[in-house]
Amino acid sequence: MNKPELRATLPSFLWLLGLVLLPTLLVFVIAIKPATSSGGIGDGWSLDALRALRDPHFPAIIWRTLWISLVTTVACLGIAIPVAWTMARATPPTKNRLLLLIVVPFWTNFLIRVFAWKQILHSEGALANLLRKLHLLEANDMLLYQPSAVILVSIYTFLPFAILPIYAAAEKFDFTLLDAARDLGATAFRSVTQVFIPGIRRGLITAWIVVFIPMLGSYIIPDLVGGAASEMIGNKIAQRNFSDRNLPRAAVLSAALTLVVLIPFALRRRPTEKTESMP
Amino acid sequence: MSFLRFENVTKRFGSFTAVDQISLEIGKSEVFSLLGPSGCGKTTLLRMAAGFEKPDSGRIYLDGIDITDLPPERRKVNTVFQNYALFPHLSIKENIAFGLKIAKMPRPVIDREVDRMLDLIDLSTHADKKISEISGGQKQRVAIARALINNPLVLLLDEPLAALDLKLRQRLLVELDAIHDEVGITFLYVTHDQGEAISISDQIAVMNHGRVEQIGKPAEIYETPRNSFVAAFIGDTNFLEGRVLAGNHDQFSSAEIEGMGVIFVENDKPLQANDRIHVSLRPEKIGVSRSEPIPCENQNTRAGTVEDVIYYGSHTRYWVRCGSYKLCAEQQHRDFMLDETSPTWGDQVWIHWHAKDGYLLEQYREEDENLLTLPDDELTTQEAS
Repeated sequence: MNKPELRATLPSFLWLLGLVLLPTLLVFVIAIKPATSSGGIGDGWSLDALRALRDPHFPAIIWRTLWISLVTTVACLGIAIPVAWTMARATPPTKNRLLLLIVVPFWTNFLIRVFAWKQILHSEGALANLLRKLHLLEANDMLLYQPSAVILVSIYTFLPFAILPIYAAAEKFDFTLLDAARDLGATAFRSVTQVFIPGIRRGLITAWIVVFIPMLGSYIIPDLVGGAASEMIGNKIAQRNFSDRNLPRAAVLSAALTLVVLIPFALRRRPTEKTESMP
Repeated sequence: MSFLRFENVTKRFGSFTAVDQISLEIGKSEVFSLLGPSGCGKTTLLRMAAGFEKPDSGRIYLDGIDITDLPPERRKVNTVFQNYALFPHLSIKENIAFGLKIAKMPRPVIDREVDRMLDLIDLSTHADKKISEISGGQKQRVAIARALINNPLVLLLDEPLAALDLKLRQRLLVELDAIHDEVGITFLYVTHDQGEAISISDQIAVMNHGRVEQIGKPAEIYETPRNSFVAAFIGDTNFLEGRVLAGNHDQFSSAEIEGMGVIFVENDKPLQANDRIHVSLRPEKIGVSRSEPIPCENQNTRAGTVEDVIYYGSHTRYWVRCGSYKLCAEQQHRDFMLDETSPTWGDQVWIHWHAKDGYLLEQYREEDENLLTLPDDELTTQEAS
């Protein structure tokens, strides 16, 4: 790297170092420190927090966190792809209007929107009553306080984040390629799976990352619309922090989550570097 | 016998009629061109043959079978797209193999066919390159190979050379011709470039405003245009408008051209006295000289003043004021006019052409004069003063 480049990247490098890398390292360090009874961090080193990971409840919570995140991400992508397609093919004025509609929810505070969902899904709410009348919901069944409510509200929350990168990719996609695929014998469906999906790959990867990773650390949504049976790792981390006042144990969970996210990335990087270095 | 047949095909987009009641018959192994200005409906016609557009009325037959309602993937035709439409996420090899892979051909067959195609387009050494790594001309050849590997009954080419520069276009045109000779597949070739159409085609359909103006061999289209549009769109020409004086000669008649006097015309069609005629006279058929040419039978000779000269290298164009007409004449440089200095602005010259070199148009529309290359009058007078 030459000097002007170094100077240009220095501010963002310092920013990342100070606000991302150091705090992350701090989390890893706190994870191997002893906790004090007053909620602080003690001197010396301790593997107590690490041992707490052997709690028999954890595998179930980790598993639940993974599948709720997975279902939400797949659903978001599944909805976002046709939406992005429609937007990319629309005329410019319609395009702008649709884009506005997707961004408009951000004008309302996130918490307020989640509370609105609590109203909608409430057991005495209009939706629950309607479903009961249609015999789609048993008298004692609830819409709220279960994993399905967490998934529903999460999809609602993360959908715009999935649509935007996929739309950006679809917008650049050359739709005559689909004509070419059809011309070469592909059915409409195959031309989408073989040409459109690979064509918007970058958008799909970005969408996957911006939905799946925040979902793994999801805390507010399961806390507000999920019950005890839909707790995720995020809730556990919060409990260690606020109820148990045991920072090392919270840090251990955070560190574990970070590793779960980072390891696949580290694995992914290697093959791309190889192809780039090829002559 | 016709192989690909359009029967009274009409296609509208909203209130715009892109293709208006077109019937065409394309013979097997022919190179058939659809030639016309942008918006004339030629691409729409091709897209209907490919299956991307459905005609509002009329039928399309391929090898005797009605294909009008078949989706693109079930037609035995393949398209070479104007912007190539190569798949950017696949290598050259994978692009060419796409059709056979979709058809679920066995691997060894695909490999063999792809190698054969790479050989045909002379790109074997680039087989594993990405599309972004090759040049425009190479992309075009890959697009042709990707279409040909499926053994289509008809290859549809949508302005295949439009995106390339002149030299490359000329070279690829020769290559396309060679490929056609080698594979013998029927080509339906859409272009707005008359040079391309004339040099590659067996038959040309000249289109305008969604209609076919004339169908014929390249020489027929050029030498015997049916109407003023065909005459003016293909090559350049001069239009003379007049009235037949006497249709009494067997091969030639005399006609009064307003603002120019009496000229001889060939009786391309039966003429009677007082018939209104429109003559198309190609620039290269008009001779220009400083000295009066030796008179000969049925030759038209006029004196005039050179108002404009454009040097093109292989030839020079003169616009000569002759009565109320400004005629465009073209002269090749053989010995670079060693015998005389070439005429220049303001020179008095003689122009001459044989009656046989004019062609009587069946149909004339004033608006087609806009297609002619004619320097602006006002500009040239300013320059002269």
